[in-house]
Amino acid sequence: MTTADLLYSDVETDLRASVRDLLNDRCEPASLLARVESDEPYDLELWHTLARELGAAGLAVPEELGGQGASTREVALVLEELGRSVAPVPFLGSAVLATSALLACDTASAEVADLVRKLASGTSTGALAVPLSTMADAEFPTAVTAAADGTLSGTVRSVADGAAADVFVVPATGPDGPGLYAVEATAAEVSAPVSFDLTRPIADVTFGGAAATRLAGSDRAPGAVTGALSTGAGLLASEQLGLAQWCLDETVEYLKGRYQFGRPVGSFQALKHRLADLWLELVGARAAARYAADTLARGDADAPVAVAMAQSYCAETAVHAAEECIQLHGGIGMTWEHPAHLYLKRAKASQVAFGAPGRHRAALGDLVDLPG
Amino acid sequence: MTTSEKSFDAEALRARVADVLAAHDPATTDRLAFLRARFDAGLAWVHFPVGLGGLDAPRELQSVVDAEFAAAGAPDNNPRRIGIGLGMAAPTILKFGSEELKQRLLRPLWTGEEVWCQLFSEPGAGSDLAALATRAVRDEDGWIVNGQKVWTSSAHTAQWAILVTRTDPDVPKHRGMTYFVLDMTQPGVEVRPLRQITGEAEFNEVFLTDARIPDAQRLGEVGAGWQVAQTTLMNERVAIGGNAQPREGGMVGKVAETWRDRPELRTPELRDRLVKLWAEAEAFRLAGSRLRQQLAVGQPGPEGSGMKLAFATVAQQLAALELEILDEDALRYDEWSMRRPELVDFTGRDAGYRYLRSKGNSIEGGTSEVLRNIIAERVLGLPSEPRTDKDVAWKDLPR
Ligand SMILES: Cc1cc2nc3c(=O)[nH]c(=O)nc-3n(C[C@H](O)[C@H](O)[C@H](O)COP(=O)(O)OP(=O)(O)OC[C@H]3O[C@@H](n4cnc5c(N)ncnc54)[C@H](O)[C@@H]3O)c2cc1C
Repeated sequence: MTTADLLYSDVETDLRASVRDLLNDRCEPASLLARVESDEPYDLELWHTLARELGAAGLAVPEELGGQGASTREVALVLEELGRSVAPVPFLGSAVLATSALLACDTASAEVADLVRKLASGTSTGALAVPLSTMADAEFPTAVTAAADGTLSGTVRSVADGAAADVFVVPATGPDGPGLYAVEATAAEVSAPVSFDLTRPIADVTFGGAAATRLAGSDRAPGAVTGALSTGAGLLASEQLGLAQWCLDETVEYLKGRYQFGRPVGSFQALKHRLADLWLELVGARAAARYAADTLARGDADAPVAVAMAQSYCAETAVHAAEECIQLHGGIGMTWEHPAHLYLKRAKASQVAFGAPGRHRAALGDLVDLPG
Repeated sequence: MTTSEKSFDAEALRARVADVLAAHDPATTDRLAFLRARFDAGLAWVHFPVGLGGLDAPRELQSVVDAEFAAAGAPDNNPRRIGIGLGMAAPTILKFGSEELKQRLLRPLWTGEEVWCQLFSEPGAGSDLAALATRAVRDEDGWIVNGQKVWTSSAHTAQWAILVTRTDPDVPKHRGMTYFVLDMTQPGVEVRPLRQITGEAEFNEVFLTDARIPDAQRLGEVGAGWQVAQTTLMNERVAIGGNAQPREGGMVGKVAETWRDRPELRTPELRDRLVKLWAEAEAFRLAGSRLRQQLAVGQPGPEGSGMKLAFATVAQQLAALELEILDEDALRYDEWSMRRPELVDFTGRDAGYRYLRSKGNSIEGGTSEVLRNIIAERVLGLPSEPRTDKDVAWKDLPR
């Protein structure tokens, strides 16, 4: 095990500041609430600024493929900030999942390289056509089949950021076994079920003999899907961390100013101790999330352990923080008007994303020789 | 991080270690003579000043030195036996002691020739340390001390103590205290064992009856004992929660070992709890590394106050789980006889002992409740509890 760098570099801190400035400006709670109930739950303008002007969509993409040549560490940092403001942008689906899957294909092929460039530059938005709850160790998806003529048929439920996608990266099984395909969103039927998470809605995607471009065959496709899901799980931990941090900060501020019984309720020890425990959980979550981002960036052999640990730990931290946030706000926390519920919904939905914590613990047990 | 600068320093330290090893072959040199030579070469604690066992080098390079000596089979100073001296007395003496005092005390402290204990807690002053009542009164050649201390670990093996006393009862409690180092071998000091829930007596009560302390053994100003004690307590919490550990170091390693050795005891429910605690232990181990990385680049974070709290919670849950895993074997205990141990032996004894001893982790060195208060107020900035004791003279406090 090489020593992991668990800090934030100066460059990362600068990146955080720019993303936070943008989000503070363009993603405040009132407009967020109005948006999630509108016909356009995604803020595509914000997404384009983030992706195109700040270059966030191509952070982990090599420069020769049109990206920034940074790593999963920087991607994790953007996710922390997006989690902090539960921003309705398709970053996870496009910049993390679809892009990771593409980078694991043969980037020397023109089709792959072309698509990577489009996603990295933000001119196009992608989504990986698997249910968001899929865990990396699952069997290769069978929901979509590829016909001999190369068209795809089948339905994939609960695709993260599917409604914002211009192009789907689709795992499908054909006559030659598993493959990875690209399908234009216009060639698919995309419907929006009612989503529990209001700021990262899911979509059901149906392909009815859709025209597709094959990106990888049976040699690379399974690894590309597994890799993307594993990267997604490891980096989602950072989003969960950012979300939990917002919940803690917001609750602390509220309790300092809210008076009952002639004193700030934040001076009651029962609440102080709960918040101290939550803060401590975040200390652990930050270390776990940074470790996952760093091991993924370096391709460290310990990355699978780091991912299982970070996802099981940070998923629970986010839910705990969001639940405390509601409870300690009292009645106002229960209102639609207060943004706390957006955080709770994101936290709870993200808990099952890429596999619920118990499944990651089972995987972790296998990895660290604690057999069942 | 300036890696090039660091590796240069590490190289220089390795060369120094090699010099000590060449001049004092560990295989043939007496243990104490070797440790003294290591101290005199500045390789005891490299971040200490030159002449006091150190080289004014960055603290994190200590691990390089320790690893080199260990690889050469050199004896160490058995740091767990002298934890209070190394972790608490030494940094306080370094910060507040006179030059003569540092010269006299630090070398035998580090080699383990002289064991230290901490005379802070009293029957009436635990979490509220500043309420303490042990009186020190000035006379012509120094101070005369009377009072009782309690829960004093290692008092039965100690030559020296760090001691906080009340010197002015007429001012509010935080202002009337003075800090000393006390010679434990004098007639005015009586040590009586206190038996613990584990059966053994690792701590003691200490009665001070006209014990004498030369004024030269005072640390800090008269009346400034609280500030000096803060240095000790901060270092205590770092010492308890902040050490670099390998993965599965400490309690989690013992439970993992039991799990691997006893496949017949495994159930899915126990496994989920074990892996959950494994992940927590690992997350806080990494948080500790992160904290040290922050310190190394000069950005100390507030995480330090949480490490001891996390350590206590995780250790207790792991120890409790191990007994459940052990099933029928959990019905037995190794032995209840009253031993007088020189150190806390978490790994050398049975799971039952670990469970019971770990209960002290959330009491010693600041209770978990007090640590939560500290985090809530100093890290999160939440308002403090209303207090009635701040401006009252110590002698008028309700008891
Ligand atoms: C194994 C062991 C070794 C020790 N070794 C030493 C030693 O070597 N030297 C030494 O000086 N001391 C030593 N101690 C003593 C230790 O520091 C004290 O026990 C500790 O500070 C608590 O004080 P107390 O026992 O008086 O409990 P109290 O302070 O009376 O606490 C009783 C309960 O009240 C809670 N409480 C107190 N104040 C507050 C508050 N403000 N808010 C919320 N809850 C509160 C506590 O958390 C605890 O649960 C040792 C203790 C143990 C268990």
